[in-house]
Amino acid sequence: MDNRFFVDGKHLSSAALAKKHSLETDPASRTDHMAYMDGMEQIKSDIMEKVLSEMNSYDPSRYTARDVKAALEHDTCTVEDLKALLSPAAEPFLEQIAQRARLETLKHFGNTVYLFTPLYIANYCENYCVYCGFNCYNDISRMKLNMEQIEREMRIISDSGMEEILILTGESRSQSNIAYIGEACQLARKYFRMVGLEIYPVNVEEYQYLHERGADYVTVFQETYDSRRYSELHLLGHKRVYPYRFDAQERALMGGMRGVACSALLGLSDFRKDALASALHVYFLQRKYPHAEMSLSCPRLRPIINNNKIDPLDVHETQLCQIICAYRIFLPFVGITVSSRESASFRNGIVKIAATKVSAGVSTGIGDHESKYSGKASDGAEGDEQFEISDARSLDVMYRDIAGEGLQPVLNDYIYL
Amino acid sequence: MKDQLILGGREFHSRFILGSGKYSLNLIEAAVRDAGAEIITLAVRRANTAEQENILDYIPEGVTLLPNTSGARTAEEAVRIARLARELGCGDFVKIEIMRDTKYLLPDNSETIRATEVLAKEGFIVLPYMFPDLNAARDLVNCGAAAVMPLAAPIGSNKGLAAKEFIQILVDEIDLPVIVDAGIGKPSQACEAMEMGAAAIMANTALATAGDLPLMAAAFRQAIEAGRKAYLSGLGRVLTRGASASDPLTGFLRD
Repeated sequence: MDNRFFVDGKHLSSAALAKKHSLETDPASRTDHMAYMDGMEQIKSDIMEKVLSEMNSYDPSRYTARDVKAALEHDTCTVEDLKALLSPAAEPFLEQIAQRARLETLKHFGNTVYLFTPLYIANYCENYCVYCGFNCYNDISRMKLNMEQIEREMRIISDSGMEEILILTGESRSQSNIAYIGEACQLARKYFRMVGLEIYPVNVEEYQYLHERGADYVTVFQETYDSRRYSELHLLGHKRVYPYRFDAQERALMGGMRGVACSALLGLSDFRKDALASALHVYFLQRKYPHAEMSLSCPRLRPIINNNKIDPLDVHETQLCQIICAYRIFLPFVGITVSSRESASFRNGIVKIAATKVSAGVSTGIGDHESKYSGKASDGAEGDEQFEISDARSLDVMYRDIAGEGLQPVLNDYIYL
Repeated sequence: MKDQLILGGREFHSRFILGSGKYSLNLIEAAVRDAGAEIITLAVRRANTAEQENILDYIPEGVTLLPNTSGARTAEEAVRIARLARELGCGDFVKIEIMRDTKYLLPDNSETIRATEVLAKEGFIVLPYMFPDLNAARDLVNCGAAAVMPLAAPIGSNKGLAAKEFIQILVDEIDLPVIVDAGIGKPSQACEAMEMGAAAIMANTALATAGDLPLMAAAFRQAIEAGRKAYLSGLGRVLTRGASASDPLTGFLRD
């Protein structure tokens, strides 16, 4: 196992350190990542099986320039075409692929680009995911906002002009329970037109509860679809259970959510296979739930507090662009979000080709919007960030930059029904 | 000869209905002007915004707003969006769009019929976006629609008159204006639909994907006007093969 991820915090007790080391070095000390834990709802679905069987049989090196050219000539992009577009053989054709992707984006979205901002309301976490800044062994300042603090953050964000918000928590059911998140959603409805959630996966009934409180979109990152690799990276906690996480989007839709987003965190495993699986996850979900609004994110690994060695390995901007274009050509109707993990120049370029949503005015810390937005020193405590962002543009600057590229920034295109 | 498009008792000279959702707000005015459009559609969900720049502020005065119910998945949701449009000051026109499919955005005819019935009773001028099915179109007429808006091809596809035969049936059988909506990618296709007897054309993507949007708007305007004139003039027949003798073949018959 790649030990660039392992960092021992100074505050850990010797017992905690011993457990951490044992989880890191001894697979026998970990639970079965394919077995459900108590309270986790199991639904009837064959989507995981379909996605994994395609992914496992995918050999990117098998595809040639001929396959890529054929894919670009086809009116409708098949799964085989997608595999070709994601393969190394497609790299020399990146410009042509981008041209085709742009055309598809224009047909389905015109020149609009949607804007949103994330709001982290808590960073407690019960999991040990070795690459994540919030992991339970990482020595960071932890915090959970109360409703008053949440409302204050929302007011500051709303005053900046933002109309869509994505509420995030660390993955701790005990610290951030469903009622707490539901209350935050209800507050968000007062200040924003559209409320999305990126929280730990929950059961159908709980998604339904959160939907009734005002949330309509659920994002869950599978991180990596490679089950073996997943088990090496998610060593402890409920997040270790791979299939429960995989079916989260489906449970959210069963709970009445309007839309869901899927993603792999690129750089954790073979990115071509992960990209294929992410796209197919959306593809099969859409076939089963044709009314649902689907979207894809495409985050790459970023450095975290206490570990600046984390990087996205072989997923450079060129590969990321290739992946996003392949997503667009295969799923022309799907929203594609590019977060502030990426640089301003990359985001300016990719919204002209295929991305349809970007974040602005981003903080991945807790309770620090006032200090970040106004430059004023905060009078309260702040919680540390999940990862380092790369593009810190405010909403105003982002709006201006997007309009400057000849695109139309859109702050709201949604009604809660 | 006065040739006007009449919708819900209102008279329009232009037969080009413009979409607004896929291009920059600052191009709307030029597009309306060069298209000669008198009706512009907009998504209520897009207009339902607190943002500094509201799409409604960009629509020139005197242009009739045609709010659409995009985002609705059921008749009930469409009805709620239509009522909201009225509250937002968008007038009495409403274009019903009900989709249960986010991939092709194909309209759900049965839900559309239910929504049309409710909204027509509430005094809306209802223009339903529909899949070109004669039975559904008849139901829409009976429910009080002011026109029917069949798709020519999947929305955003620019594929032209893929549903040509079925649109022709609607033109022939339905007494309301038939407005061809969605899929029209080129002025020539718009012209062809008008020659067939369509009452008007609605386009959005064809303009949004053009290199020069106002110029394409002007091209559509001319094509729609040409097609309309051709329809009114009574098209000559088109021979599929051979030529036609100018002297009658039966001229030798004596009684």
